Amino acid sequence: MSQSLDAYLVLSGILFAIGTFGFLARRNAISMLMSIELMLNGVNLAIVAFGAFLPALNVDASVIALLVMAVAAAEATVGLAIVMAIYRNRRTPLVDEYDAMRQ
Amino acid sequence: MPIPDTVPILGISWADALFLALAAVLLGSALLVVTLRDIIRSGLAMVSAFGALAGIYVLLGAPLVAAAQVLVYIGAIAVLILFAVMLTQEKAAPVRLVFQTQAIPAAIAAIVLALIIALSVVATDWGAVGRRIATATDALARLLFGQYVLPFEVVGVLLLAAVIGGVYIAKREDRDA
Repeated sequence: MSQSLDAYLVLSGILFAIGTFGFLARRNAISMLMSIELMLNGVNLAIVAFGAFLPALNVDASVIALLVMAVAAAEATVGLAIVMAIYRNRRTPLVDEYDAMRQ
Repeated sequence: MPIPDTVPILGISWADALFLALAAVLLGSALLVVTLRDIIRSGLAMVSAFGALAGIYVLLGAPLVAAAQVLVYIGAIAVLILFAVMLTQEKAAPVRLVFQTQAIPAAIAAIVLALIIALSVVATDWGAVGRRIATATDALARLLFGQYVLPFEVVGVLLLAAVIGGVYIAKREDRDA
Protein backbone atom coordinates (compact mmCIF):
# COMPACT_ATOMS: atom_id res chain seq x y z
CA MET A 1 0.00 0.00 0.00
CA SER A 2 2.79 2.39 0.85
CA GLN A 3 4.34 1.45 -2.51
CA SER A 4 1.47 2.69 -4.64
CA LEU A 5 1.07 6.24 -5.88
CA ASP A 6 -2.73 5.94 -5.77
CA ALA A 7 -2.82 5.53 -1.98
CA TYR A 8 -0.97 8.80 -1.44
CA LEU A 9 -3.04 10.66 -4.02
CA VAL A 10 -6.31 9.44 -2.52
CA LEU A 11 -5.04 10.46 0.92
CA SER A 12 -4.20 13.93 -0.37
CA GLY A 13 -7.61 14.17 -2.05
CA ILE A 14 -9.38 13.29 1.20
CA LEU A 15 -7.29 15.86 3.07
CA PHE A 16 -8.19 18.48 0.46
CA ALA A 17 -11.89 17.59 0.77
CA ILE A 18 -11.76 17.91 4.57
CA GLY A 19 -10.20 21.34 4.13
CA THR A 20 -12.94 22.27 1.65
CA PHE A 21 -15.60 21.26 4.13
CA GLY A 22 -13.99 23.31 6.89
CA PHE A 23 -13.67 26.35 4.65
CA LEU A 24 -17.32 26.19 3.58
CA ALA A 25 -18.84 25.25 6.92
CA ARG A 26 -16.97 27.03 9.71
CA ARG A 27 -18.12 30.45 10.89
CA ASN A 28 -14.86 31.56 12.43
CA ALA A 29 -12.45 33.35 10.08
CA ILE A 30 -9.42 31.75 11.73
CA SER A 31 -10.94 28.28 11.36
CA MET A 32 -11.38 29.03 7.68
CA LEU A 33 -7.70 29.95 7.42
CA MET A 34 -6.78 26.68 9.16
CA SER A 35 -8.89 24.83 6.61
CA ILE A 36 -7.02 26.60 3.81
CA GLU A 37 -3.76 25.38 5.35
CA LEU A 38 -5.14 21.83 5.34
CA MET A 39 -6.00 22.15 1.65
CA LEU A 40 -2.52 23.48 0.84
CA ASN A 41 -1.01 20.56 2.73
CA GLY A 42 -3.13 18.14 0.70
CA VAL A 43 -1.82 19.65 -2.52
CA ASN A 44 1.75 19.51 -1.22
CA LEU A 45 1.32 15.82 -0.35
CA ALA A 46 0.21 15.14 -3.94
CA ILE A 47 3.25 17.02 -5.30
CA VAL A 48 5.71 15.13 -3.10
CA ALA A 49 4.01 11.81 -3.91
CA PHE A 50 4.40 12.45 -7.66
CA GLY A 51 8.04 13.29 -7.03
CA ALA A 52 8.60 10.06 -5.13
CA PHE A 53 7.08 7.80 -7.78
CA LEU A 54 7.88 9.45 -11.13
CA PRO A 55 11.66 9.48 -11.65
CA ALA A 56 11.48 12.42 -14.08
CA LEU A 57 9.98 14.63 -11.37
CA ASN A 58 11.93 13.33 -8.41
CA VAL A 59 13.96 16.38 -7.39
CA ASP A 60 11.78 19.06 -8.99
CA ALA A 61 8.80 18.01 -6.89
CA SER A 62 10.63 18.68 -3.65
CA VAL A 63 11.66 22.13 -4.89
CA ILE A 64 8.08 22.94 -5.87
CA ALA A 65 6.80 21.68 -2.50
CA LEU A 66 9.24 23.97 -0.69
CA LEU A 67 8.13 26.94 -2.80
CA VAL A 68 4.48 26.12 -2.06
CA MET A 69 5.29 26.11 1.66
CA ALA A 70 6.88 29.55 1.43
CA VAL A 71 3.88 30.94 -0.44
CA ALA A 72 1.56 29.34 2.14
CA ALA A 73 3.49 31.10 4.89
CA ALA A 74 3.07 34.44 3.09
CA GLU A 75 -0.64 33.73 2.64
CA ALA A 76 -1.08 32.92 6.33
CA THR A 77 0.69 36.12 7.35
CA VAL A 78 -1.42 38.40 5.19
CA GLY A 79 -4.64 36.46 5.85
CA LEU A 80 -4.26 36.62 9.62
CA ALA A 81 -3.37 40.31 9.43
CA ILE A 82 -6.57 40.95 7.49
CA VAL A 83 -8.57 38.96 10.07
CA MET A 84 -7.04 41.07 12.85
CA ALA A 85 -7.81 44.31 11.00
CA ILE A 86 -11.45 43.28 10.47
CA TYR A 87 -11.69 42.11 14.07
CA ARG A 88 -10.55 45.51 15.27
CA ASN A 89 -13.40 47.17 13.38
CA ARG A 90 -16.19 44.65 13.85
CA ARG A 91 -15.26 43.07 17.20
CA THR A 92 -16.15 39.58 16.03
CA PRO A 93 -14.24 36.80 14.27
CA LEU A 94 -17.42 35.30 12.76
CA VAL A 95 -17.55 35.78 9.02
CA ASP A 96 -21.34 35.75 8.74
CA GLU A 97 -21.46 38.94 10.77
CA TYR A 98 -19.29 40.78 8.28
CA ASP A 99 -22.36 42.04 6.43
CA ALA A 100 -21.67 45.78 6.20
CA MET A 101 -21.77 45.75 2.41
CA ARG A 102 -25.15 44.02 2.33
CA GLN A 103 -27.01 46.86 4.01
CA MET B 1 16.46 -10.78 18.35
CA PRO B 2 16.16 -9.66 14.71
CA ILE B 3 13.20 -7.56 13.66
CA PRO B 4 10.83 -9.59 11.47
CA ASP B 5 10.13 -8.47 7.91
CA THR B 6 6.44 -7.94 8.53
CA VAL B 7 4.41 -6.69 11.46
CA PRO B 8 3.96 -9.83 13.62
CA ILE B 9 0.20 -10.08 14.03
CA LEU B 10 -1.14 -8.06 11.10
CA GLY B 11 1.08 -9.61 8.44
CA ILE B 12 1.67 -6.36 6.55
CA SER B 13 5.03 -4.74 5.92
CA TRP B 14 6.42 -2.14 8.30
CA ALA B 15 6.17 0.61 5.68
CA ASP B 16 2.51 -0.19 5.12
CA ALA B 17 1.79 -0.20 8.85
CA LEU B 18 3.57 3.13 9.23
CA PHE B 19 1.65 4.57 6.27
CA LEU B 20 -1.68 3.41 7.70
CA ALA B 21 -0.92 4.78 11.16
CA LEU B 22 0.27 8.16 9.83
CA ALA B 23 -2.67 8.43 7.43
CA ALA B 24 -5.10 7.64 10.27
CA VAL B 25 -3.52 10.30 12.51
CA LEU B 26 -3.50 12.79 9.62
CA LEU B 27 -7.13 12.33 8.62
CA GLY B 28 -8.35 12.05 12.22
CA SER B 29 -6.61 15.27 13.22
CA ALA B 30 -7.82 17.02 10.07
CA LEU B 31 -11.40 16.03 10.91
CA LEU B 32 -10.89 17.33 14.45
CA VAL B 33 -9.61 20.63 13.02
CA VAL B 34 -12.82 21.22 11.11
CA THR B 35 -15.26 19.88 13.73
CA LEU B 36 -14.02 20.81 17.21
CA ARG B 37 -15.91 23.59 18.96
CA ASP B 38 -12.94 25.05 20.80
CA ILE B 39 -10.72 26.83 18.31
CA ILE B 40 -7.57 26.42 20.41
CA ARG B 41 -8.10 22.66 20.35
CA SER B 42 -8.62 22.67 16.62
CA GLY B 43 -5.36 24.60 16.34
CA LEU B 44 -3.58 21.91 18.33
CA ALA B 45 -5.20 19.21 16.18
CA MET B 46 -3.82 21.07 13.19
CA VAL B 47 -0.31 20.80 14.68
CA SER B 48 -0.76 17.05 15.01
CA ALA B 49 -2.00 16.80 11.41
CA PHE B 50 1.08 18.71 10.22
CA GLY B 51 3.32 16.38 12.25
CA ALA B 52 1.73 13.27 10.75
CA LEU B 53 2.15 14.78 7.29
CA ALA B 54 5.84 15.36 8.01
CA GLY B 55 6.08 11.64 8.84
CA ILE B 56 4.46 10.79 5.50
CA TYR B 57 7.02 12.97 3.73
CA VAL B 58 9.79 11.00 5.42
CA LEU B 59 8.08 7.79 4.29
CA LEU B 60 8.03 9.19 0.74
CA GLY B 61 11.79 9.73 0.88
CA ALA B 62 11.76 13.54 1.04
CA PRO B 63 13.48 14.31 4.34
CA LEU B 64 14.19 17.97 3.51
CA VAL B 65 10.53 18.63 2.77
CA ALA B 66 9.65 16.92 6.05
CA ALA B 67 12.10 19.13 7.95
CA ALA B 68 10.70 22.23 6.24
CA GLN B 69 7.19 21.04 7.10
CA VAL B 70 8.11 20.86 10.78
CA LEU B 71 9.92 24.21 10.74
CA VAL B 72 7.47 26.18 8.62
CA TYR B 73 4.12 24.70 9.53
CA ILE B 74 4.52 23.51 13.12
CA GLY B 75 7.10 26.12 13.99
CA ALA B 76 5.78 29.21 12.26
CA ILE B 77 2.27 28.95 10.84
CA ALA B 78 0.75 27.06 13.78
CA VAL B 79 2.23 29.55 16.26
CA LEU B 80 1.01 32.45 14.12
CA ILE B 81 -2.50 31.01 14.05
CA LEU B 82 -2.52 30.32 17.79
CA PHE B 83 -1.43 33.92 18.44
CA ALA B 84 -4.20 35.19 16.18
CA VAL B 85 -6.67 33.00 18.08
CA MET B 86 -5.57 34.49 21.37
CA LEU B 87 -5.84 38.03 19.99
CA THR B 88 -9.27 37.70 18.39
CA GLN B 89 -11.34 35.24 20.42
CA GLU B 90 -13.16 36.59 23.44
CA LYS B 91 -14.15 34.37 26.28
CA ALA B 92 -16.90 36.82 27.24
CA ALA B 93 -18.69 36.21 23.96
CA PRO B 94 -18.61 32.46 23.41
CA VAL B 95 -19.26 31.18 19.94
CA ARG B 96 -22.80 29.87 19.96
CA LEU B 97 -22.65 27.90 16.78
CA VAL B 98 -19.53 26.55 15.20
CA PHE B 99 -20.93 25.97 11.73
CA GLN B 100 -22.71 28.06 9.15
CA THR B 101 -26.22 27.10 8.14
CA GLN B 102 -24.78 25.64 4.96
CA ALA B 103 -22.77 23.00 6.83
CA ILE B 104 -24.74 20.01 5.53
CA PRO B 105 -24.52 21.03 1.85
CA ALA B 106 -20.83 21.75 2.47
CA ALA B 107 -20.35 18.25 3.89
CA ILE B 108 -22.10 16.71 0.89
CA ALA B 109 -19.99 18.79 -1.48
CA ALA B 110 -16.78 17.77 0.31
CA ILE B 111 -17.70 14.07 0.18
CA VAL B 112 -18.55 14.32 -3.52
CA LEU B 113 -15.24 16.13 -4.12
CA ALA B 114 -13.30 13.40 -2.29
CA LEU B 115 -15.09 10.69 -4.29
CA ILE B 116 -14.41 12.47 -7.60
CA ILE B 117 -10.71 12.88 -6.76
CA ALA B 118 -10.40 9.26 -5.61
CA LEU B 119 -12.17 7.88 -8.69
CA SER B 120 -10.15 9.98 -11.10
CA VAL B 121 -6.91 9.03 -9.34
CA VAL B 122 -7.73 5.33 -9.54
CA ALA B 123 -8.97 5.54 -13.14
CA THR B 124 -5.91 7.42 -14.45
CA ASP B 125 -2.83 5.67 -15.74
CA TRP B 126 0.05 7.70 -14.35
CA GLY B 127 2.55 6.41 -16.89
CA ALA B 128 6.02 5.43 -15.76
CA VAL B 129 5.25 4.87 -12.10
CA GLY B 130 8.32 3.31 -10.65
CA ARG B 131 9.03 2.15 -7.16
CA ARG B 132 9.31 4.77 -4.48
CA ILE B 133 12.64 6.60 -4.79
CA ALA B 134 14.25 8.83 -2.22
CA THR B 135 15.24 12.41 -3.02
CA ALA B 136 18.92 13.18 -2.69
CA THR B 137 19.34 16.39 -0.74
CA ASP B 138 22.47 17.50 -2.61
CA ALA B 139 20.69 17.16 -5.95
CA LEU B 140 17.81 19.14 -4.47
CA ALA B 141 20.16 21.91 -3.37
CA ARG B 142 21.83 22.04 -6.80
CA LEU B 143 18.46 22.30 -8.54
CA LEU B 144 17.10 24.87 -6.09
CA PHE B 145 20.11 27.17 -6.41
CA GLY B 146 20.66 26.45 -10.12
CA GLN B 147 17.65 26.03 -12.36
CA TYR B 148 15.14 27.32 -9.80
CA VAL B 149 17.17 30.22 -8.46
CA LEU B 150 14.84 32.86 -9.96
CA PRO B 151 11.67 31.43 -8.33
CA PHE B 152 13.67 31.11 -5.11
CA GLU B 153 14.57 34.80 -5.16
CA VAL B 154 11.02 35.78 -6.12
CA VAL B 155 9.70 33.83 -3.13
CA GLY B 156 12.17 35.68 -0.93
CA VAL B 157 10.83 39.03 -2.17
CA LEU B 158 7.26 37.75 -1.75
CA LEU B 159 7.93 36.82 1.88
CA LEU B 160 9.41 40.27 2.52
CA ALA B 161 6.37 41.89 0.94
CA ALA B 162 4.07 39.67 3.03
CA VAL B 163 5.87 40.64 6.23
CA ILE B 164 5.65 44.35 5.46
CA GLY B 165 2.03 44.05 4.33
CA GLY B 166 1.08 42.01 7.37
CA VAL B 167 2.61 44.52 9.76
CA TYR B 168 0.99 47.41 7.91
CA ILE B 169 -2.50 45.85 7.85
CA ALA B 170 -2.44 44.57 11.42
CA LYS B 171 -0.88 47.61 13.05
CA ARG B 172 -3.09 49.55 15.40
CA GLU B 173 -4.31 52.82 13.99
CA ASP B 174 -4.01 55.97 16.07
CA ARG B 175 -7.68 56.82 16.19
CA ASP B 176 -8.76 53.70 18.09
CA ALA B 177 -5.64 53.35 20.20
